[in-house]
Amino acid sequence: MNAIKKEANELPEDIELLLPWHAAGTLSRRDAARVEQALANDNELAARYELVREELGEAIRLNENLGAPSARAMESLFQKIDAEPKREVKTSFQLGAWLTELFASFSPRTLAYGAAGAAFAIVLQAGILAGVFVKQGTGESGPMVIAGKHVVEDAAYLDIRFKPNASVTDVTRLLSSNQAVIVDSPKSTDGFFKVRVADKLSDDQMTALKKTLRDNPAVDLVVQRQ
Amino acid sequence: MPLNLTAISRDKLHESRDLTANPATSDEVLIGRIANGDRLAMQVLFARHHVRVYRFVLRLVREEATAEDLISEVFLDVWRQAGRFEGRSQVSTWLLAIARFKALSVLRRKPEQELDEEMAEAIEDTSDTPDVTLEKKQKADVIRQCLSGLSADHREIIDLVYYHEKSVEEAAEIIGIPEATVKTRMFYARKKLAELLKAQGIERGWP
Repeated sequence: MNAIKKEANELPEDIELLLPWHAAGTLSRRDAARVEQALANDNELAARYELVREELGEAIRLNENLGAPSARAMESLFQKIDAEPKREVKTSFQLGAWLTELFASFSPRTLAYGAAGAAFAIVLQAGILAGVFVKQGTGESGPMVIAGKHVVEDAAYLDIRFKPNASVTDVTRLLSSNQAVIVDSPKSTDGFFKVRVADKLSDDQMTALKKTLRDNPAVDLVVQRQ
Repeated sequence: MPLNLTAISRDKLHESRDLTANPATSDEVLIGRIANGDRLAMQVLFARHHVRVYRFVLRLVREEATAEDLISEVFLDVWRQAGRFEGRSQVSTWLLAIARFKALSVLRRKPEQELDEEMAEAIEDTSDTPDVTLEKKQKADVIRQCLSGLSADHREIIDLVYYHEKSVEEAAEIIGIPEATVKTRMFYARKKLAELLKAQGIERGWP
């Protein structure tokens, strides 16, 4: 008990405790200003600060003289990494944000170009997206997204909201197995993507397709809007 | 649409150049890429931090071979756990926390006698009189010798604050102690250093 009291008594003011961090430049601006002011008004504190700076310099020199590890460390690391089981890339649904950004990039500037230019830009971006999907391990090619201006009058559309934990692979698989294409990003915060599901479908076919999509684990909600 | 594999390879090449040539690629971005299995990002992160992590570990375990083994273990943990990094602290702080945990595990397995011998080696030449010591060595050398002679806890806090430039909050996170304890531990480490210096004939007028 007495020892604790004695230790507490020998501790200096908080400002002096902060001197090492001030010397290392890691204090907040506010604390640094407090210390600067105290140093300007207290010669004894300023003298102690010089001791701190001396220790700082030697601690850095000591550490710098420790050298560096050999190349063995990196070799060993990458041997271990190579021996690790191959991980499945699970990009959780930042895909939603990414697709929304992609669509934002189509309009209005892209679409302000001439028809030929716009079509080229759209095809190019769809190609990039396909590339991204393939790179992430689906092994399937073909555009999964086209711009909204490519909406075909008689085609069948559904609004689909994907689950937050759906991966790029899940969504790509769903789109390609149903020969569907995302044509537009969510217009509000409801998160529904407009998806072209076929060129034309009967009512029965549409009902069956909606059931198939709703049963897909990557899908949260499917809505048919008129 | 047929897939242009050449274009993708070129993209990947550009991506590689971006990673290596752009120092502004933040550690957090690298961790995100590592979480997706990007070996190149792992190489960049390793190149950026491995020397400091090695020195931090070496000061704790005092064996070069052990320190080298440990850093590959530290970065292997990063490879495995990158997806769980939440970005609440700096990547360098996270690395040092992992490194510290691994170094302490090694130290716990070491027989106490071995540690005592190492400590005795670190504080050498105490049989010399202070005057002789000062003649033999420059003041800076003595300070460094005394810094090496501190206990593991005191060496650690001194290194974190002075060399690894960790704030009070970050040091608290790495060591796993309250911020107030970080400040007092640093004070006592400096006080112990002053005592060691005094024993070597260097009177600094503090504390």
